[in-house]
Amino acid sequence: MAVLTEEQSMLRDAAKSWVQEKSPVTAFRKMRDSGAELGYDVAAWNEMAEMGWAGVIVPEEYGGSNFGYLSLGLVLEELGRTLTASPLIASGLGAASALILGGSEEQKQAWLPKIADGSAVAALAIDEGPHHRPEKVDAKVEGGKLSGKKVFVLEGMAADLFVVSAKSGGAIELYLVKADAAGVSRSKLSLADSRGAANVTFENVAVSDADKLTGGAALLDKVLDRARAGLSAEMLGAALQAFEVTLDYLKTRVQFGQVIGSFQALQHRAAKMFTELELSRSAVEAALTAIDNDAPDTAELVSLAKAKMGDTFHLVSNEMVQMHGGIGMTDAHDAGFYLKRARAAEAAFGNQAFHRDRYARIQGY
Amino acid sequence: MADFGGTDLEAFRAEVRSWVEANFPASLKGKPNPMAREERGSEPTPDQEAWRKAVGAKGWGTPTWPAEYGGGGLSGAQARIVQGEFARAGAYNPIGGMGVMMFGPTLLEYGTEAQKQEHIPPICRGEIAWCQGFSEPGAGSDLASLQTKAEDKGDHFVINGQKIWTSGAQWADWCFCLVRTDTSKKHEGISFVLFTMHQPGVEVRPIPLIAGSSPFCETFFTDARAEKKDLVGPLNGGWTIAKRLLQHERSGLTGAGGGLGSGGKPIEVLAKEYVGLDDQGRLADHDLRTRLVTNAMNMRAFQQTAVRAMVEAKGNASPSSATSIMKNAGTQLIQERHEMALEIMGHQGLGWEGDAFKADELAAVRGWLFGKAFTIFGGSQEVQSNIVSKRILGLPDLTQAK
Repeated sequence: MAVLTEEQSMLRDAAKSWVQEKSPVTAFRKMRDSGAELGYDVAAWNEMAEMGWAGVIVPEEYGGSNFGYLSLGLVLEELGRTLTASPLIASGLGAASALILGGSEEQKQAWLPKIADGSAVAALAIDEGPHHRPEKVDAKVEGGKLSGKKVFVLEGMAADLFVVSAKSGGAIELYLVKADAAGVSRSKLSLADSRGAANVTFENVAVSDADKLTGGAALLDKVLDRARAGLSAEMLGAALQAFEVTLDYLKTRVQFGQVIGSFQALQHRAAKMFTELELSRSAVEAALTAIDNDAPDTAELVSLAKAKMGDTFHLVSNEMVQMHGGIGMTDAHDAGFYLKRARAAEAAFGNQAFHRDRYARIQGY
Repeated sequence: MADFGGTDLEAFRAEVRSWVEANFPASLKGKPNPMAREERGSEPTPDQEAWRKAVGAKGWGTPTWPAEYGGGGLSGAQARIVQGEFARAGAYNPIGGMGVMMFGPTLLEYGTEAQKQEHIPPICRGEIAWCQGFSEPGAGSDLASLQTKAEDKGDHFVINGQKIWTSGAQWADWCFCLVRTDTSKKHEGISFVLFTMHQPGVEVRPIPLIAGSSPFCETFFTDARAEKKDLVGPLNGGWTIAKRLLQHERSGLTGAGGGLGSGGKPIEVLAKEYVGLDDQGRLADHDLRTRLVTNAMNMRAFQQTAVRAMVEAKGNASPSSATSIMKNAGTQLIQERHEMALEIMGHQGLGWEGDAFKADELAAVRGWLFGKAFTIFGGSQEVQSNIVSKRILGLPDLTQAK
């Protein structure tokens, strides 16, 4: 754990106690069982927004607290522990970053206060195929009309506003498109991890320069890096919880007349997971700190965090099921939730292979 | 990063810089530390001796140790300035070895005033080389089963037994040694004693290793003598001190460099030279590329963790849990790099000696083989995993290790 300021400690403690009291994994299970249309509990999201979490990175003049990305990461880590589903990453992190970094004064005035108080949900509509390839964009703006298909749009069903990547005159640009604009249609994706996502189609949607963000492909890269780092923080929390639950099981499950955690074959695998979690925490905190400092090596540090965290969550979620044995295979146990969430989070905003490739390219090989 | 540059520190930096300019012999600029060589056959040159004496007199080779025992008495920030100014001038720190890395910090913590006064200043001056008498043929991972016996003879102990893997014993002046002073107990029957290596009862035999020559020795004690005043800590209380010393040893063995530790080129650079890039600027061997970048990223995360552990140790009340993983994580990553260096060099990475191979290539082979020791010495990978399981994760212990 990084050395925190007093404000950051208070924020983290508030998140920790809210998550434990109001949003344990049983709440996620209830949401899943209810088949919630949006993939999250709206009442819980409203409570989160009331506590100011949707505006942690938003400047104060637009209704946020301007605490920065490491601070938001602390909240996301706590939420990740119990798999709390919410539009915080899509809206209060991803789309908010796009507006903060590339929005005009009018665009910021129009959307940031609503994002910060939770009254509007915004989402990133970037991917177009089965893999995250943000540089491959077929969506186009021609003659003031945006057309294209976006897939795996996180919180796509809940969104009031989309931040859409599209080519205009051959260059990638980001556009703000209201979900209720003529020509926008969406279909809910029912995903293994039960979180909210949609495929969204844009058909001759009217857009003007007033809807365009400033910054093009470089802006997109920066926005995605912020979403990646925040998602990595959520994954850190989830992986830590998965590990701790598994460790408890090793200390209580008795076979052959002793707790199974006394077997060295399992002990060393537990030590391996602990090691990977420590390395991952360092990478995640370093990435968030780099964003806060606008460090020149932010891109590689973010790719490091997302790849490392992806590998670690992958490992820990698999071990959670394996070490629990048969009970870990049952839907009644939480292990499956962590396993499913791990794969969805790994794929979002670039999996390990994507980020290893990106890191190597930045290093010149 | 925080800004450590207060005006006092800037004045100190200026002082260090002019001192280095005045004292560091130009002939040594950019030269490797002679202490880092595996074999120390040759006598030090007059310039090397002059530099050692100058740094030793300042105490700047052990910058944060108390000045009253010959250390530099500097703060951490000042010590970093000394380090930075040495690096800037292309100067190495001539004060090192086991005395600095392991024994000195342990004695400062557990030694009596008289012991500290006697043994610490020569370490700070780089005058005395120490060796570590811990492992025995029958006591490796299970170190506490050691049998080397010390008999109480009133004002001294008589020591009989055998140690192994005593690195640098052939060059050492003194030995810090674990001995059995009570055969009825295991951990509580061990004492920590010091004695000179220059006595008839001590015989040293170097052990050739798979990498060729090595600094490791077998050391035999036949009625060797240790003075009572050189017992550190209480009689039969040596295990606690040994554990503390091993922590110092392990923290020094993580190899958090990123290179191969021999000052050679990073393997990413080697890979570009030997394997080449494809038309998209990627390493032409894609299988290697994936493994190489994975290692590079893990190495970066490891370095980030080292920094985090240091910052947390200062800023938070409880010690960072990150430190416990460092030895295993670091040594495994370094070994992977050694393996990849060989793979990258292909046939040229198989040379044992001779003109057909470049110095880098020969060094890669020897480094690869010597590197196998990293996950064995200072507590094997398996013992480290046991320690994490038991002390950090609180899993039950079936080995009765302490």
